[in-house]
Amino acid sequence: MTVAVFGGIYNNHHALEATIRDARRRGATELYCLGDLGGFGPFPDRVFPILAREGVIVMQGNYDHSIGNDLPDCGCGYTDPRDNHYATLSYEYTREHTSPEHHPLLRALPPQLRRTWAGRRVLMAHGSPRKVNEFLWESTSPDAFLERLLDEAQADVLLVTHTGIHWQRRLPSGRLAVNVGAIGRPANDGRTDVWYAVVRIGDDVTAELVPVAYDHRALAKEMRAEGICEAFVETVETGWWTTCLEVLPAKERARGRY
Amino acid sequence: MLVRHLPVLQVPTVVTTDRAPEVSLAALDTVWIQLTGTLCNLACLHCFITCGPKEDRVPMMASADVRRVLAEAASLGVREFYFTGGEPMLHPDFWALCEAALEVGPLTVLTNGTLVDDAAADRAVALFDRSRYSFDLRISLDGMTAEQNDPVRGKGTFSQITTAVRRLAARGLSPNLTVVAHGDDMSGPAARLEFLAFTRSLGLSRPRIKIMPLLRIGREPRRTREYETAELDCLDGELAPGLDEALVCGTSRLVAAGGVYTCPILLDAPEARLADTLAGSMKPIALRWAACRTCVADGLSCNT
Repeated sequence: MTVAVFGGIYNNHHALEATIRDARRRGATELYCLGDLGGFGPFPDRVFPILAREGVIVMQGNYDHSIGNDLPDCGCGYTDPRDNHYATLSYEYTREHTSPEHHPLLRALPPQLRRTWAGRRVLMAHGSPRKVNEFLWESTSPDAFLERLLDEAQADVLLVTHTGIHWQRRLPSGRLAVNVGAIGRPANDGRTDVWYAVVRIGDDVTAELVPVAYDHRALAKEMRAEGICEAFVETVETGWWTTCLEVLPAKERARGRY
Repeated sequence: MLVRHLPVLQVPTVVTTDRAPEVSLAALDTVWIQLTGTLCNLACLHCFITCGPKEDRVPMMASADVRRVLAEAASLGVREFYFTGGEPMLHPDFWALCEAALEVGPLTVLTNGTLVDDAAADRAVALFDRSRYSFDLRISLDGMTAEQNDPVRGKGTFSQITTAVRRLAARGLSPNLTVVAHGDDMSGPAARLEFLAFTRSLGLSRPRIKIMPLLRIGREPRRTREYETAELDCLDGELAPGLDEALVCGTSRLVAAGGVYTCPILLDAPEARLADTLAGSMKPIALRWAACRTCVADGLSCNT
């Protein structure tokens, strides 16, 4: 069986459609979204009918919890004032433009999902198994730490998002940790593509992180028409992060342009 | 083995309350390693644990002990390490211990920067490039001019530190500059923006700064004043909901030559010594020192 796991839609309905098309083409029979439907992009209401139409199994991210409960803050977990400045811009737009009719759905999304695939205990979480807004970056999530998280969560496969940058690692114990990245904005790699995980379930569970091209020019045009901050549009057009950079570890930060 | 508890000269003020808030260790995510104890080539006037060239009351750690700590931390599922002191680059095995730590997890080194010559900068870049986990440098700089920095950190240090930052910047590294707000005009959004602009002027393309509140402990009371009784009221009774999650002592421990302590700013408090090993230190602690006010009321977090 093949399933697709993606996260961080961030209102990017163009990338959502493209990701689903790509996943179906690769034979995915189930689609999972690890949360954060809103943020960053334009027209928050547009992703809901797509997710419903395609039968995507959705769990709750920090954004969904905040929007669904009409909270004043996105709960992203940033600590630097510059990061929080841009996070606020993004959150206020999404909060204002998400129809209240979607709030009950966002509130009711499960905080985690568990499955048993190929005899492996699979845990899907937004940030980490222990905290919705914990950032699991590749360079600051050492093996020993991930083994502990998996022990505590009683899981053999961990799938998370929240950071926006994809990576995966087979741990010394043989267990698997995957950050599926985000389909809402590029991965700070100078490419306009976005990333998600194709998970294959056979004798074992394996993941392939794949890029998806989408109509990023159309997205940029819509963002400008909506008056969304130009710094966000630049990221869509160039693939380089321009905001919320302070949370990046030194290694990931050095790979970007800013 | 870690040696017995050492005698201390400066015992921090203990808050005389029987209602000190208690903080449990939610998880041992961060291990601070006091590589060089209180030995430092500088003797900053605001140093919160009174380090200096002759301050050997907490000695350097033996390299074998550091390696044992790294192994124990790995067995406990540690997330990250910090090397601190004193000045950690004074340790004769500094680079080898950095490599050893980076085999286990990400490492941040807190340094005054004055020992970063061309050879050290080259080694730092090589380590940054080849390490599997993140290697970060945090360099202390307490002002945008020599007039602002040198009276606190020592004559000539502004020039030495900024030269070191330029050396690292020229090699593509972007250290985090850590500023203690020792003057009235050094915190707040405007000061922050000004310091960021200054940081860029040193050649850092990805400027990062951390502004820390002043700690009125260690040597600082002699420079200005210690905490007043009224400032310690926050340590009488329960913490605000959720605050314990933000406190360093809720997720960290500090290892020094004398054993395992609650946190970096309580090195001189005999009662803050918790155990010989990390495993033995994973118990609740009471916030009963004046130093604790800095975290509870001023929002200090030693982590980056």
